Amino acid sequence: MQLSEMKQGQLGIITRIGGNGALRRRILEMGILKGTEVYVEKYAPLKDPVELIVKGYHVSLRVEEAAQIMVDRIR
Amino acid sequence: MEQKTITIALAGNPNSGKTTIFNMLTGTRQKVGNWPGVTVEKKEGRIKKFGYDLSIIDLPGTYSLTPFSIEEIVARDFILEEKPDVVINIIDASNLERSLYLATQMRELDCSKVMFALNMHDLARTRGIKIDADKLSELLDVPVVFTVGNKNEGMEALLKAAVDLAEKEKISQQKRRVQYNKDIEEAIHVLHNLIREQPAWTGLGYDLRWMAIKLLEDDNILKKRLIEKLPEKASVILNAAQAQREALTSRLDDDPEIIMTDERYGFIAGIIKEVLTTSRSQRVDISRAIDMVLTDRFLGFPIFILLIWAMFQLTFTIGAYPMDWINQAVKGLSALLAALLPGGILKELILDGIVAGVGSVIVFMPNILILFFCIALFEDTGYMARAAFLMDRIMHLIGLHGKSFIPMLMGFGCNVPAIMASRTLESEKDRILTILITPFMSCSARLPIYIVLAGTFFSHRAGSVLFGIYITGIIIAIVSGRLFRSTLLKGADAPFVMELPPYRMPMAKNLLIHMWDRSKLFLKKMGGIILVGSVVIWTLSAFPRQVTYSTDYTAAQRHVETEFGDRLEQALPGDRTVLLQEMKVRLARIDKLKQMEKSEKSWMGTIGKTIAPFFAPLGIDWRGGVALLSGFVAKEIVVSTMGVLYAADNETDALQRSLAVSGMTPLAALAMMLFVLLYVPCLATMTVIHRETASLKWTMFSICYSTLIAWLTAFVVYQGGRLLGFA
Repeated sequence: MQLSEMKQGQLGIITRIGGNGALRRRILEMGILKGTEVYVEKYAPLKDPVELIVKGYHVSLRVEEAAQIMVDRIR
Repeated sequence: MEQKTITIALAGNPNSGKTTIFNMLTGTRQKVGNWPGVTVEKKEGRIKKFGYDLSIIDLPGTYSLTPFSIEEIVARDFILEEKPDVVINIIDASNLERSLYLATQMRELDCSKVMFALNMHDLARTRGIKIDADKLSELLDVPVVFTVGNKNEGMEALLKAAVDLAEKEKISQQKRRVQYNKDIEEAIHVLHNLIREQPAWTGLGYDLRWMAIKLLEDDNILKKRLIEKLPEKASVILNAAQAQREALTSRLDDDPEIIMTDERYGFIAGIIKEVLTTSRSQRVDISRAIDMVLTDRFLGFPIFILLIWAMFQLTFTIGAYPMDWINQAVKGLSALLAALLPGGILKELILDGIVAGVGSVIVFMPNILILFFCIALFEDTGYMARAAFLMDRIMHLIGLHGKSFIPMLMGFGCNVPAIMASRTLESEKDRILTILITPFMSCSARLPIYIVLAGTFFSHRAGSVLFGIYITGIIIAIVSGRLFRSTLLKGADAPFVMELPPYRMPMAKNLLIHMWDRSKLFLKKMGGIILVGSVVIWTLSAFPRQVTYSTDYTAAQRHVETEFGDRLEQALPGDRTVLLQEMKVRLARIDKLKQMEKSEKSWMGTIGKTIAPFFAPLGIDWRGGVALLSGFVAKEIVVSTMGVLYAADNETDALQRSLAVSGMTPLAALAMMLFVLLYVPCLATMTVIHRETASLKWTMFSICYSTLIAWLTAFVVYQGGRLLGFA
């Protein structure tokens, strides 16, 4: 499923990162990689962007960017 | 005796506590400027320690050295070209894994000697994170020092280690670096050999393996540099790199740079496994708890609005008091000078030109101090990132980043600090876009002009007209934003991959240094340009010195004096004060008429009449034109210029009456208000735009664009209104 389909409080493992060059690379460089656990902390009040916890730190992505990331939900 | 100088560059992720360490190391002995040609701030501090001159440079905070953002390019170029003796990589100990990504890139660059500062390790320990520094030092072959920047711990040890490292001989440790998979290593080897053959390229002084890796990553900046150095051979290496990239892409099923990023993190994971132990203690994460409230679905926006409102109040309401004191001081100075200086042209220049001009700008100082204190507070606590998180959805509609909200909002108060506030934006394109549209936010100095015009011509609907003017500004800002985004500043709508750092207690020292830096810049740069501008405007309005008046005003005044002199003698003692008052009014009126003719015949007036055709289609006569022209210096001057030109009496609503009989129609007044709203705000704003964009091109563009938009809007409203049958 897409990361943007996950709900607040759900945990997943990244299976694939799509998107174009610069954005994709930037996401990878921030440590958001295939096989990384990602926890959906919350969505902003206007439902965009989304706050994630990855590798122990908090990071926010726009929903359209999160839609490029495929995940397997663990819980 | 000349002491040896050691250059130390501080690198690290944003929010790693880098700036705090820099402030701790250098204190107030800092020089703040811009990196040449870009708007990224450059901070440098010099201290004497252990018998050395230490020059410490704070590089922009980055997550990587991939040259995507201007910050990364600046940081990388500094290390590559300036070759500092030591690079201290500041690592947030509670965020080791991600921080090590930049560290691996530093090692790969292999340019300067690198060492680590494991910062905020106290915080990490309370989170149950333990780092084996010796092991980390051994694995990566770099010295490691523990620091706690905000408690001033470990600074001495850090500098000592840096100096020791600088004095050590440099040995390149190939084995301590990331090893990629066999296919990539082979490709690196091929390119490495090709580069080695050309002295022009090896002469660049970069690490050869690094160059090969960057070519595989399709690094445009390095490619350009190779072409510059040896154009005739460049195609060989570029084609070879391209061939290797294609071969790797088909074999590995992804771009090499993606695979390499992945493998770097693999390498890091290996290190983490050996040096990091986490004891999972279930603690209440205070920062997360705070965030649950501050970005809450229902509470988030009300709190945000409240905080912004408080910042506004503080800046413009509390700031009004010191503003008043400065005004008084300027007035006092001007009175003092008036008494001290002998009459003549020099006195006029100093009083009406320099003191009045510079005085009108220096009054913004309290606003700027307070505003930047608030902004520093937002940034240092970590709230700024949350504000962007909340606002991004709305700002994204204009093609802007969530953080652009603050400068745009501040613009309603004063454009000068607002444009300076755009510094908080990380992407240069976002910054320039924000700077270009902020002036359309109607600042408080424009308000008196609307009040006079709307009050005169739309008395019963003045409020609605005023509201409409403000809304027009916002709409034009949005339309311009979208227009620029899809034309001039196209492309990378910077990805919104933004870290939300934990909330932290701000440090007074950091806040004060931040505030003082801004103000110093403001005083220095503004001072010079405003000074020149004020003198120019004064010259235009004060020359030619000898004006041939159409009537003899002095004689007229003398006539009034003699007339009243006679009447005063005959009057009863009780009536005398009334008569004296009447005389003063008559004299003042003649004086006003004289001033009006003088400004009509000054160079400014001549210019006004020359450019009258420019304003004619907008329904604005030459007097309005001159007033608008003087508004280039400051909008505050427009009303007073109109006061002189439309020859008002001293009574308060007199200008309104003179305007009403001047032949100006309500439609023309509306056109003039729109022109005031949209054209260049003031000299100070132009100066600050130049400062912040570091580009004459963008400054000129901003001036021309806003004036053009102002003219077109006023034209459409005036001519369109006439066609529709409004006056």
